[in-house]
Amino acid sequence: MSPPHTIPGTTPFDGTMAQRGYALNKMCFSFNSAANRETFRKDEEAYMRAYGLNHSQAEAIRKRDVLGLLAAGGNVYYLAKFAGILGLDVQDLGAAQTGMTKEAFKARLVAQNAQPETM
Amino acid sequence: MASIVGSLSTSHIPAIGGAIAKGLQNEPYWKPFFDGFDPAREWLAREKPDVVVVFYNDHGLNFFLDKMPTFAVGAAPEYRNDDEGWGIPTLPPFKGIPELSWAIIDRLVASDFDIVTCQEMLVDHAFTVPLKLFWPDGDAPVAVPVCINTVQFPLPSAKRCWAMGRTVGEAIAAFDKDLKVVTIGSGGLSHQLEGERAGFINKPFDLKFLDTMIDDPQWATQYSILELVEKTGTQGVELVNWLAARAAASAGPMRQVCRNYHIPISNTAAATQVLEAA
Repeated sequence: MSPPHTIPGTTPFDGTMAQRGYALNKMCFSFNSAANRETFRKDEEAYMRAYGLNHSQAEAIRKRDVLGLLAAGGNVYYLAKFAGILGLDVQDLGAAQTGMTKEAFKARLVAQNAQPETM
Repeated sequence: MASIVGSLSTSHIPAIGGAIAKGLQNEPYWKPFFDGFDPAREWLAREKPDVVVVFYNDHGLNFFLDKMPTFAVGAAPEYRNDDEGWGIPTLPPFKGIPELSWAIIDRLVASDFDIVTCQEMLVDHAFTVPLKLFWPDGDAPVAVPVCINTVQFPLPSAKRCWAMGRTVGEAIAAFDKDLKVVTIGSGGLSHQLEGERAGFINKPFDLKFLDTMIDDPQWATQYSILELVEKTGTQGVELVNWLAARAAASAGPMRQVCRNYHIPISNTAAATQVLEAA
């Protein structure tokens, strides 16, 4: 048996994560609806209870803690809908996850142009 | 008989939809990306395809984790776009071509691809953004959506996506109507949205991938999905959509009409490539 393939800073969203995060992701999926987004905004706690979020999921929602949401089984595509409610884009998320300012995160992206052209 | 005249692929970053809606195409941030479409649109104006088959990945508009198909094929007369929750404008519906969808479905299942079929299917930005980019006036031809799971692991391997695309191509070639078809591969290239590795980009891999799409298109199928995640990022695996679209068009070399590669749009190494039958 070869050791499991691990990639630093990366947790593939597999069956384990999909089970762990189901309630959280289901809540975020519901944010496709403008009416649901509004209901959440009015009473986040009641909305989280209705979807059965566990303690770590609810805490991560309260703290807007992106890495905490991922660790609690959140999938980025559904979490993006939660970020949309907060008016955050994927560069805000990138900055939050890497501990950088948004400007520094964007500058780091631009700096990738300096990578070599050939493998 | 129907024939595939080209394979067109592009990134589908949601912010592109926002930029189009706001008319920002000539702003300095966006211009290097949007300029890449001029030769593509000139080619399309010459070729005038009747049908577009779009290989893409749904990001939580039509499919949720309650039911997550590995491959799903649309078989609807019309495909609606809808609110994805973070604010890009909803586009008008796209017309389908159910008789071709069913020919593709029949061929896939006969070839041991156990797909899901969808007579109703919402299409998200991964479907709509490429069509809006290639046909900005909203005059995209009738479409067949083919959705590949890139949300929940295990994902289908690059090799399997290539084989699926080949079979779609066989179905089109055997379709008994005189139609010109193009395929679209939607997404990529290297990028990663989540985790401490967010912002990952791999320019040398992307450029090699674009080269191989011309005359060595199975090159990337040597890699497992996790190897592709490592090399291209968790969202970079969307290149399987490019592989399927390329496979449908031809197993052999194609001619490159145009290519554009630009870092970054949003968090992504954005690319566009048009290949025509050699």
